[in-house]
Amino acid sequence: MENLQDLQNEILTAVASASDLKKLDEVRVAAMGKKGSITEKMKSLGSLPLEEKIAAGKELNLLKTAVEKAIEERKTYLETEELNRRLARESIDVTLPARPEIQGRIHPVSKIYEEVVAIFGQMGFEVAEGPDIEDQFHNFNALNMPADHPARQMQDTFYIPNPDSDNFDDSFVVRTHTSPVQIRTMENKKPPIRVIAPGRTYRSDYDATHTPMFHQVEGLVIDKTTTMAHLKGCLYDFVRAFFEIDDIKVRYRPSYFPFTEPSAEMDIGCRKNKDELKIGEGDDWLEILGCGMVHPKVLAAGGLDPDEYQGFAFGMGIDRLAMLKYGIPDLRTFFESDLRWLKHYGFVPLDESSMTGGLSNNGGLAR
Amino acid sequence: MKFTLSWLKEHLDTNASVDEISKTLTRIGLEVEEVINPAAKLEGFVTAKVEECEMHPDSDHLHLLKVNTGKEMLQVVCGAPNVEQGTIGIFAPVGVIIPCYNEKLTVGKIRGVESFGMLCSEKELGIGEDHTGIISLPKDTEIGKPAAEILNIDPVFDISITPNRAECLGVRGVARDLAAAGIGTLKPLEIKKPKAEFPCPIAIRVEAKDVCPVYTGRYIKGVNNKAETPKWMKDRLAAIGLHSISPLVDVTNYINYDLARPLHVFDADKLKGDLVIRMATEDEKFVSLEGKEYALNTQSLGICDDEGVQCLGGVMGGLAKGCSDETVNVLLESAYFTPSCIAHTGRHFQIESDSRYRYERWVDPNSNVMGSDYATSMILDICGGSASEIVVCGEENYSAAPVYLRPERVKTLAGLDVSKEEIVKILTALGFVVSEENGKLKTVSPTWRGDIECEADLVEEVVRMYGLDNIPAISMPSDEFPKQTLNPAQRRMVTVKHELASRSMFETVTWSFTDSKLAKYFRTSEADAIKLINPIAAELDEMRPSILPNLLLGARANIVRGANSVSLFEVGPEFYGRKPKEQRLVATGIRYGMTAKKHWLGGERAYDVFDAKADAMAAIAAANGPYDSAQVTTDAPAYYHPGRSGTLRLGKNVLAYFGEIHPSVLKAFDIKGRAVAFEVYLDNIPLPRSAGGKSKKKLELSPFQSVDKDLAFVINKNVPAANVIAAAKNADKEHITDVRVFDVYEGTNLPEGKKSIALGLTFQPKEKTFTDAEIETLMKKVITEVGKKTDGVLRQ
Repeated sequence: MENLQDLQNEILTAVASASDLKKLDEVRVAAMGKKGSITEKMKSLGSLPLEEKIAAGKELNLLKTAVEKAIEERKTYLETEELNRRLARESIDVTLPARPEIQGRIHPVSKIYEEVVAIFGQMGFEVAEGPDIEDQFHNFNALNMPADHPARQMQDTFYIPNPDSDNFDDSFVVRTHTSPVQIRTMENKKPPIRVIAPGRTYRSDYDATHTPMFHQVEGLVIDKTTTMAHLKGCLYDFVRAFFEIDDIKVRYRPSYFPFTEPSAEMDIGCRKNKDELKIGEGDDWLEILGCGMVHPKVLAAGGLDPDEYQGFAFGMGIDRLAMLKYGIPDLRTFFESDLRWLKHYGFVPLDESSMTGGLSNNGGLAR
Repeated sequence: MKFTLSWLKEHLDTNASVDEISKTLTRIGLEVEEVINPAAKLEGFVTAKVEECEMHPDSDHLHLLKVNTGKEMLQVVCGAPNVEQGTIGIFAPVGVIIPCYNEKLTVGKIRGVESFGMLCSEKELGIGEDHTGIISLPKDTEIGKPAAEILNIDPVFDISITPNRAECLGVRGVARDLAAAGIGTLKPLEIKKPKAEFPCPIAIRVEAKDVCPVYTGRYIKGVNNKAETPKWMKDRLAAIGLHSISPLVDVTNYINYDLARPLHVFDADKLKGDLVIRMATEDEKFVSLEGKEYALNTQSLGICDDEGVQCLGGVMGGLAKGCSDETVNVLLESAYFTPSCIAHTGRHFQIESDSRYRYERWVDPNSNVMGSDYATSMILDICGGSASEIVVCGEENYSAAPVYLRPERVKTLAGLDVSKEEIVKILTALGFVVSEENGKLKTVSPTWRGDIECEADLVEEVVRMYGLDNIPAISMPSDEFPKQTLNPAQRRMVTVKHELASRSMFETVTWSFTDSKLAKYFRTSEADAIKLINPIAAELDEMRPSILPNLLLGARANIVRGANSVSLFEVGPEFYGRKPKEQRLVATGIRYGMTAKKHWLGGERAYDVFDAKADAMAAIAAANGPYDSAQVTTDAPAYYHPGRSGTLRLGKNVLAYFGEIHPSVLKAFDIKGRAVAFEVYLDNIPLPRSAGGKSKKKLELSPFQSVDKDLAFVINKNVPAANVIAAAKNADKEHITDVRVFDVYEGTNLPEGKKSIALGLTFQPKEKTFTDAEIETLMKKVITEVGKKTDGVLRQ
């Protein structure tokens, strides 16, 4: 079978020149299909004598194996080629922007609420609440501020008519501070008491540092042994944790609130430059809260025996804490719903606060 | 409260520096707001001598000087009329900042001649009002000395006085506190008894003895109210911001600030008949100094003559009988009015005055005669004249009730270790009379203190003098493991906020107030409006009945700024009544505009009612509420689009409203286009029962493959899709695990009044894989049930 080598050369050439899988298959069929050239040769073996048949069969098998191998290799090659062509075809400009997503925000007031709750929670406080519209007893009288008390004029109060009385002294007020929650807590809970009461408060005032509505957080501790030393410790631990400054400078000044005695105000050290406020260092002072030992008259108004119980109370501005910690310049902007402001000063949804996992910057970068 | 250093030193013998005094004031509770010390601005200013003085070659009033600064001789052009050769003045060299102008001095060129500095007036240095010429110092003044050392500069302290420290509304009270704090010694107050030259010609009678326990009057005749108030008094009054008016007014103002002792002076020639101190009658007229008329009531105290109320006692003088330049004979009032009467009158008529301010806090009830003597002496010194005997109605016999202090309370209340001896020393220095009784300290307050009522008040006195800084700081003891800080309702409020923020919404906080003109769309009647008696602005005159008007206002502001996508939410109170607790906590949100700006991949679309529905359901779920089992009804309030809104409810209990805002409401807010909103009533969402543990329901995983099948039904248009879904679900609750709507169609190919709803159904076998026959049976069940419940037929 002289021409087998020629046939092999012919088929291998055809395999090598098959330009795509379809053409390669045509070559395969032409060689090894039912009527293929190799198949025909195989068929013709039957007419040969046995010895020749064995020898010719061997050669034909060699030819078939060689062709199969060549086709398989060509197929792999062509498939790779085609994949590469497809990949090249499918290439896109990945520098194009991805689909837009809007990432919402948590308002700074809510963020500070969560931070304050986390810190005082660590010290065993619970969160108490009270209504925004108050009666004058809870907002004033029970807090040792009878009608003619000069301190009442210090708080520009909003009034709401009492539907059951025409007497102005019976009118309701929109609470001027969170302190009425002190009374409501004492009315409903027996000591020991450790609560904070964050919430909305209202005074008739409007400029860069005063808005008719703002937020305070009240603190109240009542038991039989708490002293002003605990008050100082509690508040120092708080400001240190809140401002995340270990050696924050603080000072206390004697002050006056009708509902505490002795009373004090707490300042934190700071440096005021032209446009910048640096907390925790420097020689200037910044007032951040008022506090004191609960006045015996207030304990009595809350239904507790002042000879048996004592404790401390404090109050501070949540918005003010936000302004100081996060460098927000103007209080009025807190309440303007300006999306640009909310996006800039707000906090990302995953930024939750805890004492174990950290107070701030837990939500990753804002997008 | 302002005062100058020299004024303080009138009462306090001290060498303490301004800084030391300032720090001490703040430390003892008299917080320093500001110390205005002109000397601090005079660095670089020196004394200098005019060696030569010629006329400016090109001016008829300017002088050309050679000024010796002690270091050099400089050419200076000067316009002051009082400059001459030999004048020693205060020289400002080039480069310093002139306090009056707050500008840096540069080399000037005046009418062609250069000037290297200037000689200054008092006003230019910020140390006085004089600007008629330059300061001229004595001839023996050393030249080249710093100005601050040579000039007699009086720094001004501005301190804030808390309402309990009324005695510190007088400089003497401040001096006394400083002395008790170890800053110098309190000087004795020396007041001459004026000579009584005749009996008081005006009879004085107090009828309202309970509110005016002591009233003194003294007649002074022949005064000259055109006399000049002495410079020292004018300077001190000017330093605290009071203009000199006339000697009589200046003296009463001065004593008010010096001793916290209010006084009043009547023009005696204008008074008719006796002076009677009585309560006013109902609607009795009074015209104040400022010319304002008041209709008094029976709780107003009047100082009256035959012609009516001439002075609202302790609050404000009257116009008719006040002093003028022409006044010759006066009646001087020095009296004690009770704080509550003054406070009530001042508050009722909204009159602010220095006198009211002091009386309603505390005025020493025993200081009437002393105050009268002090003022009379000053008036006689300045204005001349002669004084009558003093008429004293009532008795100056006030004595405070004793208050007891257990010395150990300083430790057990304030946490401060102070010995009994030290406590006694501190209280005595403050004017308390202290004695011991059964181991307690019996203290009697000085008459100038009206604020000491209980033991805690005395502890405060000790603490503020001993120093708050000496109290140790002790961390809160923690003898038990802390409970959860937030209760379940508080915790879920936090979760709802984070859920909504994670749904691309921006949390805002808006006023609890709103504009009644806009609020009306969100309540049923005007009678429900919770109006403030005294709103801060007309558009903040009502407690909000809904958060929505505020969010819509916020949205509009953003739209006006060009925002084309607005998603705002707020979690806060809404008010449904005027009484405490008539409020509810609501999570409210609005969305306006497009989900995104145009993008190359597309996909941006307008927000629609189903965004609001999804938000509401997500918020309910975040609050652990039954978001998927709540019914949806189509009865949302009237501020929603009637055909594009709904209520999520559990029976009568409304969990949420959602929908498009009604177009006419949007118009009232001047918002064009559509806006969708939701309101989730957090208080209405049942709290999870605490019993039952935290264990999750067991997970049942079927080993058999589920099958998805689609069925479309033709039903009447007015049948809610929810009914079709419910019918399909209920056809076989065990095996139909999910029903979806994948198409809703109305229009051609359907009969009039019909719509088609295509359901995607998931069948889940429990025991073995479904056979075709079983699947067929399930589908038939669905078709039957939907037909029964909704009259729906399979779409062919």
